[in-house]
Amino acid sequence: MESWKLKMENDQKYSQLSTIHSQFSIKMVTVNNIVKAYNKGEVKAVNDVSFEVSKGELFGLIGADGAGKTSIFRILTTLLLPDSGTASVNGFDVVKDYKTIRKNVGYMPGKFSLYQDLSVEENLNFFATVFNTTVAENYDLVKDIYVQLEPFKTRRAGKLSGGMKQKLALCCALIHRPTVLFLDEPTTGVDVVSRKEFWEMLKSLKQQGITILVSTPYMDEATLCEHIALIQNGSIMSIDTPYNIIKKFPDTLFAVRADNMGRLQNALRNNPQIKSCFSFGDFHHVTMENGKLRMENLVTSLKNDGFNDLEIKEITPTIEDCFMNLMDNK
Amino acid sequence: MKQFLSFVRKEFYHVFRDSKTLLMLFGIPIVLIVLFGFAVTNEIKNAKIVVCDYAKDPASQEIVHKLSVSETFHLDKTLLSYSQMEEAFKKENIKLAIIFPANFYKDLLHLNKAQVQIIADGSDPNTANTLTNYAISVIMEYQQKLMQDNNIPYSIAPEIRMLYNPELKGAINFVPGIMALVLLLVCVLMTAVSIVREKEAGTMEVLLVSPFSPFMVIISKAIPYLVLSLINLAVILILSVTLLGMPINGSVWLLVAESTLFIICALSLGLLISNVTQSQQTAMLLAVMGMMLPTMLFTGFMFPLENMPKALQIFSNIVPSKWYYIIVKSIMIKGLGFSAIWKETLILFGATCFFLVVSLRSFKIRLS
Repeated sequence: MESWKLKMENDQKYSQLSTIHSQFSIKMVTVNNIVKAYNKGEVKAVNDVSFEVSKGELFGLIGADGAGKTSIFRILTTLLLPDSGTASVNGFDVVKDYKTIRKNVGYMPGKFSLYQDLSVEENLNFFATVFNTTVAENYDLVKDIYVQLEPFKTRRAGKLSGGMKQKLALCCALIHRPTVLFLDEPTTGVDVVSRKEFWEMLKSLKQQGITILVSTPYMDEATLCEHIALIQNGSIMSIDTPYNIIKKFPDTLFAVRADNMGRLQNALRNNPQIKSCFSFGDFHHVTMENGKLRMENLVTSLKNDGFNDLEIKEITPTIEDCFMNLMDNK
Repeated sequence: MKQFLSFVRKEFYHVFRDSKTLLMLFGIPIVLIVLFGFAVTNEIKNAKIVVCDYAKDPASQEIVHKLSVSETFHLDKTLLSYSQMEEAFKKENIKLAIIFPANFYKDLLHLNKAQVQIIADGSDPNTANTLTNYAISVIMEYQQKLMQDNNIPYSIAPEIRMLYNPELKGAINFVPGIMALVLLLVCVLMTAVSIVREKEAGTMEVLLVSPFSPFMVIISKAIPYLVLSLINLAVILILSVTLLGMPINGSVWLLVAESTLFIICALSLGLLISNVTQSQQTAMLLAVMGMMLPTMLFTGFMFPLENMPKALQIFSNIVPSKWYYIIVKSIMIKGLGFSAIWKETLILFGATCFFLVVSLRSFKIRLS
């Protein structure tokens, strides 16, 4: 708990700094009112989305599958044309100047997209030459990641483990020293340890001055970004620093635990004074209508309902709580 | 340039590491050449015949002997009666029966006229036709010999000569057709899959977000298959000369040059298919069905184009393999030079340019 508080304080400091900072900084990515629909307009994948990413920032698009993250990435990497709205990367328009953008950005699609029948080394060399550079020229940039792959450099990419594949894909996307790096769900389907390592790598890349746009369905990864956009059904619900998003959580949040969790959830949801109740691992996270109900009252009422081993505490909301709350209010 | 070489090298890796592709690339031509060269020909060898000889005189026996030593016929047995013959047709897969009446030789000598009956199994008209013609020619030959011996001054005998292919070997007609079919099929199939495979694997998505030019991708995809197809061509030519006894009467280099043009034409067609399809399956189906049938039907090596309705004859002009077939026949069998085939060459060249430009145009620079 102490370390959490410390982190929050740090984040708060950073948040204030970054707000000041972002007002003066160069915008690497700007998105204005982008709309993209599929199936002749029936399905709106991206609905009037706007955001900005400053130079050297680690920006996260957070949302569930099908929220429109991939479509946004594809529009920014010039792979899709938006139906309306404008977007630019490094000052270049994604429609008009697509050739310039393609030279200068790095893109890692959600699906593993390297040549499975080529070895680790061959893949990296191929992508280096495609971008008119050599592995040696930018080796310092990928060195930290590539040393982990080096023992397997003659192995075919298709035979690598999931985490290794992601590292190789990141190396290939970085090998030409891109100004902006687009990573579409880089940690989906990767084990916890590799995920952690992956985010460490992103942090060190940021220090090299590379602007990074990353999307993820994992809410716990959101706090690792400087700015995040919470996205649902093609629309952005909130854009801010993770700290500010948590700060904006409107209610007091409680974690509730008892012996029979299933029955507890039903009881809480049926209680008219409970505003929301979501299951989070060992606890149910609960907010109350306008703070009418007090914690003690809740305890008594639950005890009367026959729950044992009752545990209730006030907690700081996580990004996931904020996400659920925003979704509920829509 | 370095970029281009890197692309070409990558394509070579893909080909050599995919054993299925390699097998297809070299297996299909060899199997097809051997299969068509040997099995699917309209040559007839060792057709079973029976003889029903009521005469049993020197004339009938010499004719029977002549028939039995030819490669075309295999004399199954000599029967004694007419009724046995019918039985033989029904039960023993007899193709032809020859009946000599009693007094055959006597009639021939004294009346200057003798009759012989030839009965063929008409359920397969082509075979029946060929066999009866051959049997008649054997009998005619005997008649001529007889006339010469007797010094009868006037005898008219038609003399038939088969140009270019005196022995009427089937392979000679088939091999150029098979060459067209095999090269087209293999080249189109290989390249048709190549771009669409990158679309399916998602690597196209990464490639698109890079400074490469579509022209480079398309050309670099074609080069490995061009090299492999040339090796294939060599294999096909060696097989046809050594195994099937095909002649190469014209210039080998002209043949190679024309074949290269045809291969490039087929590769461009394959790239076009690859650009407009979204899955490997569709691309394969389109390549096999779209190439195999028209080539078989409209090239002229299986079914003579002259016998087709006018509309189909006109349609056959857009099948590139038809022109290649004419070119190969002219060079290999007739031994003609470039001056005789420049028109066909020009048509192939035009088709190649057309396919290349269209496939370049249809290359999608974005995801759809």
